[in-house]
Amino acid sequence: MIGRLRAAARKAAGAGLAAIAVGVGAGAAIADTPIDPDTERASIVRRFQQRFPGRPLDDYVLGAFMLNPAGRAHYDDIMAFAPFLPDIERGRVLWETPLKDGRTYADCLPDGGRNLAGRLPRYDEAEARVVTFEMLLNRCRREAGEAEYRHDDRATMGLLTAWARTLSDGMRMDVRVDTPGARAKWDAGRALFHRRIGQMNFACVQCHVDNAGRTMRMEIISPVVGQATHFPLWRSGETLYTPHMRFTRCMEQVRAQPFPAGSEAFNNLEYYHATLSNGLPLQANVYRR
Amino acid sequence: MVLRSIGGVTGLAAVALLAGFAARGAGAAADTTLPGRAIAHAQERGNCLACHRMPADPGAVTEADLGPVLADLKSRYPDRAALRAQVWDARRANPDTLMPPYGAHAILTDAEIDAIVDYLLTL
Ligand code: HEC
Ligand code: HEC
Repeated sequence: MIGRLRAAARKAAGAGLAAIAVGVGAGAAIADTPIDPDTERASIVRRFQQRFPGRPLDDYVLGAFMLNPAGRAHYDDIMAFAPFLPDIERGRVLWETPLKDGRTYADCLPDGGRNLAGRLPRYDEAEARVVTFEMLLNRCRREAGEAEYRHDDRATMGLLTAWARTLSDGMRMDVRVDTPGARAKWDAGRALFHRRIGQMNFACVQCHVDNAGRTMRMEIISPVVGQATHFPLWRSGETLYTPHMRFTRCMEQVRAQPFPAGSEAFNNLEYYHATLSNGLPLQANVYRR
Repeated sequence: MVLRSIGGVTGLAAVALLAGFAARGAGAAADTTLPGRAIAHAQERGNCLACHRMPADPGAVTEADLGPVLADLKSRYPDRAALRAQVWDARRANPDTLMPPYGAHAILTDAEIDAIVDYLLTL
């Protein structure tokens, strides 16, 4: 299995740099990925369970702190009096303020937006594309006659998700890939996760699967399993990161040209990435280094 | 690899031991006056410390364990060109390597790589 993953990674790497250079979305040509989502998740989880024996899967939501007792203590201290709590309150105000047509986001979303984030991203058959939480919020805005928020705007979209995702705290991730259309987008996200990119020639999988638990300079690298559960995260307890902002940060680190927040390439990547955290409990707004 | 498992026992002991190796191998601690040192250490240039420890250089502050400990390279690489080739494009020795292809991807210039190799030979 690992050999097969490696081979696929190598295959993706060949086409990778050229595709990135012209800014094409994650290769639609790789729709024949021989690995289905359940097998993929199970095989990655198995590798981690061998590497970190005896760790309950729920611990993985802690990311790198799972592997660092001192860091974990620091995390618990900060979370007890999180410096970003006032920001989440500002997000609540954005959430509760009626839109132009008098309706609120809670009116616009199923079940008032509760227990929704853990089922996203999802594949929309009618639109034939992956839909993220941010896109659903913008759809509410559009339908109410409001301008959409930019996906990379921390003060609007960022804070809105900081509150809105708390409505799904505790729910277990359940991101489905049920149809051929959905599978093609998942495959595209998987291909990007495995593709070597940037001047440094790294793929996400090399750091967050192959080398998870190892230390890069002073920083333990977190396992990909669990990563999708805790957005937005707050680096240094101060700076909000949505999933796409965090992907951007990693791409910058490997000196690749990041895809724009909200782009189709990142939506597909987020879709694949989220399925690897299926079964784990959500918690919005966590401290990270 | 042997060195790495020693590092697992206790970091400090390993550092002392490796410093000992270096002292026997190169005859002294790392030459910290060489220009390649700054290039190797700086995050926005070589960034070697992201992955490698350099126990012979007390100023090389890192806890990295993504790549092997860099120590005693002078005796391990009697052929300077082989060491240079490793830095220029690590994929030649290992196509699946994590190490960035510093020369092949123009991350560093030839002159910078030569300077780094001079420094590596004192580790
Ligand atoms: C060269 C190594 C490297 C590569 C390649 C890399 N990352 Fe990261 N990533 C890190 C480090 C280091 C951190 C910060 C420590 C940690 O893992 O939480 C991080 C953090 C993250 C986080 C936040 C984890 C958390 O719990 O806070 C996510 C999500 C993430 N990376 C996704 C990606 C994706 C997607 C890619 C590919 C586009 C990628 N990374 C590529 C090293 C890397
Ligand atoms: C992202 C990780 C990473 C970075 C950054 C990195 N290396 Fe490496 N390096 C490795 C790995 C992993 C190996 C093990 C051999 C392999 O897989 O190719 C290695 C091997 C080596 C070796 C061979 C060591 C031996 O025992 O034979 C040398 C020398 C070396 N690296 C020097 C450097 C220098 C100099 C830099 C910076 C200019 C650097 N590396 C940056 C990961 C890295």
